[in-house]
Amino acid sequence: MLEVRDLEVAFGPVAPLSGVSFSLAKGEKLGIVGESGSGKSLTAMSVMGLLPLSGGRITGGSIVFDGQELTTLAESAYRKLRGRRLGLITQNPMTSLDPLQKIGPQVDAVAVLHLSMNASEARTRTVEILGTLRIPEPALICDRYPHQMSGGMKQRIVIAMALAADPDVLVADEPTTALDVTVQAQIIRLLDDLVKERDLALVLITHDMSVVAQTCDKVVVMYAGRAIEYGPVEAIFDAPQHPYTQALINCIPKGLSTDEHLSGISGTVPTVSNYPKGCAFHPRCDRAKNICTSERPAFITYGNNAAACHFAGDDR
Amino acid sequence: MTSNIGTVARAMTGFGNSAIGSAFGSWLGKIAGGFLVLLVLTAIFAPWITPFDYAAQNLMNSNAAPGWPHLLGTDQFGRDVLSRVIYGARTSLSVSATAIAISISVGMTLGAAAGYFGGFFERAVMTVVDLTWSFPDILIALIFVATIGPGLTSTTFAIAIAYLAQFTRLTRAQIVRLKRETFIEATINLGAKPRHILQYHLLPNAIAPVIVVGMLAIGDGIVLEATLGFFGLGAQPPTPSWGAMMSSGTAQLFLSPWVIIFPGVVVAVTVVAVNLFGDELIRALNIRDRIRGA
Amino acid sequence: MLLRYIFYRSLMLIPVSISISVVIFLIVHLLPGDPIDNLIRVGSSPDDRLALITKYGLDQPLFVQYYRWISAMFQGDFGEAIVLRRPVADLISQNLPYSLTLGGLAFAFSSIVGIILGTISATTRSAIVKQFMRGFILLGSTVPGFWLALLMILFFAVQLQWFPVSGAKGWDSLVLPVLTIGFGGVALVARVTRVALLDVRREDFVTLLHAKGLSMRTILVRHLMPHAMLPVVTILALRIGWILGGAVTVEFVFGRPGLGLLLIRALGQRDYPVVQGCLLMLALAVMLGTLIGDVAQAAMDPRIREEKT
Repeated sequence: MLEVRDLEVAFGPVAPLSGVSFSLAKGEKLGIVGESGSGKSLTAMSVMGLLPLSGGRITGGSIVFDGQELTTLAESAYRKLRGRRLGLITQNPMTSLDPLQKIGPQVDAVAVLHLSMNASEARTRTVEILGTLRIPEPALICDRYPHQMSGGMKQRIVIAMALAADPDVLVADEPTTALDVTVQAQIIRLLDDLVKERDLALVLITHDMSVVAQTCDKVVVMYAGRAIEYGPVEAIFDAPQHPYTQALINCIPKGLSTDEHLSGISGTVPTVSNYPKGCAFHPRCDRAKNICTSERPAFITYGNNAAACHFAGDDR
Repeated sequence: MTSNIGTVARAMTGFGNSAIGSAFGSWLGKIAGGFLVLLVLTAIFAPWITPFDYAAQNLMNSNAAPGWPHLLGTDQFGRDVLSRVIYGARTSLSVSATAIAISISVGMTLGAAAGYFGGFFERAVMTVVDLTWSFPDILIALIFVATIGPGLTSTTFAIAIAYLAQFTRLTRAQIVRLKRETFIEATINLGAKPRHILQYHLLPNAIAPVIVVGMLAIGDGIVLEATLGFFGLGAQPPTPSWGAMMSSGTAQLFLSPWVIIFPGVVVAVTVVAVNLFGDELIRALNIRDRIRGA
Repeated sequence: MLLRYIFYRSLMLIPVSISISVVIFLIVHLLPGDPIDNLIRVGSSPDDRLALITKYGLDQPLFVQYYRWISAMFQGDFGEAIVLRRPVADLISQNLPYSLTLGGLAFAFSSIVGIILGTISATTRSAIVKQFMRGFILLGSTVPGFWLALLMILFFAVQLQWFPVSGAKGWDSLVLPVLTIGFGGVALVARVTRVALLDVRREDFVTLLHAKGLSMRTILVRHLMPHAMLPVVTILALRIGWILGGAVTVEFVFGRPGLGLLLIRALGQRDYPVVQGCLLMLALAVMLGTLIGDVAQAAMDPRIREEKT
């Protein structure tokens, strides 16, 4: 359904993203994990074709969706995909709805635009979708303004907009980061159910390794603008190949015991302007050798995973 | 107020050098800044630069068109327009700069007190400020000058009063914003005295936008001074000021338009330069949002 | 909801109007010079002078004068012009239509042209248009109004003789004054529109609008413009007073009858009642302007509607 290969993004002279590859089939859930600034959101924006909004552009690689190359697609054709076949859920529901318009029309617009419905047909459909998203009294909600609703409700509205035209791929860019912990779980479960019911392909971008463990089928781990490990969730959690992935997994609290030692990752994420030479992770890696400071590791397939580490597959 | 000025001076030396340096960085900043420096120098050294005595009348040569030796022509009394424009720079710049300095000192004190202490005092100050804010500067200045009589002193105070609201609002907005920041809250919780907090923590952090807006206001002040002068309420003859020159020029508008055109051009170019340079400063200091928030 | 908002917002005008009227009353009484001096004919006795002072109530304590003044005002009696010796209400009603026409036209011109130019300069891709707009906005907000008026007269009225130099006869006498006030007004509105549009464009919800597949044009018209109009409406409402202020200088330069010219002359002649009347009318316009602006904002923004009621 969606295949991204060696994606490369540039903002003027800086290249904050390169070498990202993954593929995704219908009904599959792919997690993209990384710290902030690792290029997760840029990947999402690239797939949606929205990079030009922030002044970026794709300088290399390809994104193939349903047999169609997206990186060279004309804007007018792209527009017909967005909202129709590619749905986007953004990070902060507080700011992702137009505060001056009622909820109803904002959701209706999608069906009016892509399914050539008239206003009343679109509204019927909106009410229906809001209902399936377990929003109470959907018909009344349509006449409300965004500021009159809670964050969790707003995020459901955003999901409703993304679903309004029955898309094939749903890109969720940290959909729960701005929400309360209790609501986070609800939204994740909702997305999980939607994938099953509608046979969607879901790209779930998050910094939370535990969310990936619970929901996703595949994972891309990103660090400093590059994918550093990619594979099925079980394989990556069983035998992480990249030390960074290992460290991320170690950061997940495992039980309720209070004396459990949680490890952090020492050091800080490098910024775009000072990505280290060689393997970008080497300043923070406890297994770094000389080669790590000079040569960028290639992706090595090991078992079911592929990792960009010179020592992937080594016993330790 | 004195401690206020001290704070201004201290903060200026702190932020000034690097920011003014980088405002000179772009070519627009260079041109605008260069022009302003030149203008100030011209005003200071006016007696040595002017080709003629600005007050010397020569009725035989009145309303002479621009040419040699009167590069910008002469007015109805045969006085050299160029010399008067140069001396006018003295009047206009000093009146406007003094007025804005007064306005900043009083406005910062009021705004800082309102923002820091809040409550009834803040509401009272801000009600008056908002009221004057919605009245055009020219009306406020006109009423003031009409109240205490025409002249340069009253013009100076009129300009100061006209822009008082602006600085009070701006300072208050900065202080209110800063008060919410963690490092100020911490200082307050540590038991520092209000005066100490205001003087060492709040005002120095609030100063940059006020200085830059002040610089822009000097431009507005020049226009206001010219307008009052034009109404005959500013500088009184024979003191040359750009506004007063244009005022006396209206009588000969058709006969000798240069008497009006040149001072006007100088006013316009000066104010444009002030704005361009102020813009560069805003960019260099990265305070656009803080100015707009007020 | 909106009606409630308008009601509460209007209530807030009461204390404001009282304080404004007191301020205007006091300012005018602090004016130096004695209007009675202007009335006394050479050779008249001190008794005549006293009679005049009593006639105009100038011997009463200030608060009595204020009370008389304000209660008469409510009956449409603005007092009598001391120098012009006519009811101030007459003078105002005679001059007001001129100012209203000029102000109204200049206001409409500024808002319409300003919004259009601001939108163009925020959305254009052409660097030349952008630079041109930047220059125009800069000039428009810096060039002194009276000087522009003089240049207009020199060029369009004297050189080209397209429009009359001064006066208020016929529609063509309005063109130059409106353009003069409008030049600054357009620049102001264009600047605010431009900045507001560039600001909204960076908001999160715009990304999502694009993600819905909406075209740039739909997003601009249906979502960005309404947002950009919020600050524009505020500025327009706040600057109604400024536009009238502009009218003061422009009326003076063009010798056009109107409140501005009346006010300036009255200030010169120290004609208290006329100055008071003019200032009060201007204050009224400013207050109405902010009221209309606030109401318009509340009508456009549901968040404001709720917050204040």
